[in-house]
Amino acid sequence: MARVELKGLTKSFGPVKAVQAADIAFEDASFTTLLGPSGCGKTTILRMIAGLEQPTGGDILVGADRVNDVPIHKRNLGIVFQNYALFPHRTIGENIAFGLKYRKVPKSEMAAKVRNALDVVRLPGVEDRYPSQLSGGQQQRIALARAIVIEPDVLLLDEPLSALDANLRESMRVELKAIQHRIGVTSVFVTHDQSEALAMSDRIVVMSAGKVAQIGTPEEVYNRPANEFVADFLGASNIIEGRLQGRADGAVVLQVDAFGAVPVREDRAASVGSGPAAKLMIRAEKLLLTEGPAPEGRIAVKGVVEAVDYQGQLARYFVRVGERTYQAMNMIEGRPFAAGDEVTLSFSPADCAALPAGT
Amino acid sequence: MALEVAKFDKRPWVLLSPALVTITALVVIPMAFMLAYSFYLNVDLAVDKPAFQFGNWIEIATDKYYYVAIWKTFRLSMIVTLLAAILGYVPAYFIAMTRFRHKWMLLLLLIMPFWISFIIRTLSWIHILGHDGAINSLLLYLGVIRHPMDMMYNQYTVIVGFIHVFLPYMILNIYVSLDGIDRNLEPAARTLGATGWQAFREVTLPLSLPGLGAGCLLVFVLTAGSYVTPLILGGPNDFLFGNLIYDAIITELNWPMGAALSITLLVLLGVVVIVYSRLMGLRQLAKAFA
Repeated sequence: MARVELKGLTKSFGPVKAVQAADIAFEDASFTTLLGPSGCGKTTILRMIAGLEQPTGGDILVGADRVNDVPIHKRNLGIVFQNYALFPHRTIGENIAFGLKYRKVPKSEMAAKVRNALDVVRLPGVEDRYPSQLSGGQQQRIALARAIVIEPDVLLLDEPLSALDANLRESMRVELKAIQHRIGVTSVFVTHDQSEALAMSDRIVVMSAGKVAQIGTPEEVYNRPANEFVADFLGASNIIEGRLQGRADGAVVLQVDAFGAVPVREDRAASVGSGPAAKLMIRAEKLLLTEGPAPEGRIAVKGVVEAVDYQGQLARYFVRVGERTYQAMNMIEGRPFAAGDEVTLSFSPADCAALPAGT
Repeated sequence: MALEVAKFDKRPWVLLSPALVTITALVVIPMAFMLAYSFYLNVDLAVDKPAFQFGNWIEIATDKYYYVAIWKTFRLSMIVTLLAAILGYVPAYFIAMTRFRHKWMLLLLLIMPFWISFIIRTLSWIHILGHDGAINSLLLYLGVIRHPMDMMYNQYTVIVGFIHVFLPYMILNIYVSLDGIDRNLEPAARTLGATGWQAFREVTLPLSLPGLGAGCLLVFVLTAGSYVTPLILGGPNDFLFGNLIYDAIITELNWPMGAALSITLLVLLGVVVIVYSRLMGLRQLAKAFA
């Protein structure tokens, strides 16, 4: 177990800068997610930590040691790949014992360790089967068992859940997080799935085009995004141009054409800078549709429902107000609104965040 | 509902019929002729008398000369197969693992020699290794040697010729096998503590064995059945079993003996294929040609 730190880590593929000067610290025993769209550099960072790619600049520290020049097989890492990468010609037992063999673990202890790892991933007694005889979810658990049985300093997870179907994915992510917590291994998890990132992480590193866009707890990156990219990538948001008007009563006041003056809590406007241009972010689930007037204390405008995306207990509405369409996610109580309905759209200023205009 | 009787499904047979007719007409019937011919009596040059006698077969079974030929053929085929496996694995590995975007070009390069007749490709070695060939001319010009070296018409040129002609079959078979291996397996092995070489030995090599085996079978059978390469590149002692057939039919005009020898070679190579398929299965061969 160890703390991992990246200092100015850079990787170029020819003229393409895949990762630009990333400074990230992965605390001991923490679960950190690298989140971003494909091509943002998250997998490249993971592969550099693993030693599968050589950085073009910067340092990788595991514990106190710089590991840039340590060959892959001496780094003591566990990796779980998206496609499991189990050895098809070896039994499950041999797969899990693979790393132990190179660590000179005596044969007598090996069987016990393999059994223990299978218990941890809750698949006891499959030692003699072959990977092809297990389901996708089971294979991914074996891959996890193979990675943790060597007691790695760092556990690297490269989109390990994306190959699983939706239901299995959700139960696996709860389980994966529980296992990680129990064995307390420093984990780096790569995903493009924001809900996985929010549900599992101690900290999230949001990445965009090779750069770190924001680092924070799930609550921080969700509620206090550092810029428009983060706000847009995590969750569904409405981002509206405005002007910074001033500060009053612990709030930053934004002037927005459609709504007038909106006082945003100061802690949710930390990144806004000095203006004058700024943007207002309202999460889709914080925009409320009502038939009659809006509840007390909310900023409200009239609009027309343009389209409805029915999702069972939720509905996503696209509501037109003037020139602009807003996204709103509401619980369905009784009958959902239909396209063409006239509604009141309202939000509480406390649910808003302010973003810098530049990005 | 009336009880349904399982009907005989004719469709697979209809679809197979063109192939079956072709194989029957071009393979089964001619071979039946050959078998019949092997019992004929050769009276004189090109004069055969229809008969049912075992003279030819008894000669094959009792003359040591034929056992020597079988041993020579087996030995040379083994050498060629082994060398082709080693020489073929490296380029196959390279083509399978390269990140080069135009991989198809590498595969095309591999197939390109097939556009030229294999006899011409074999003859080309005379211009390379012969008395007035490229190597001798160059060394004479550079003054390294005074007289041309004798490099042609021995066992080694035969081996070189065979490898030259059959190597692409080996590479393609190994390539197909390597290409089907998950790219993450070697990295997975290496992060678990294996060095690059250990990861290759423990993961990639065993997973590519079906292709390697298929390539070996193909090269072995093709070599063991050849007669042209030793004829062009070999000396008088470098004959293979196929050359005996050639001699019997073309030189001695003894077709009954030639037929008996042909059937013998067919059975011997058939045994090799059967042993192989028992060990490895033949499915991999189909893959390489898919």
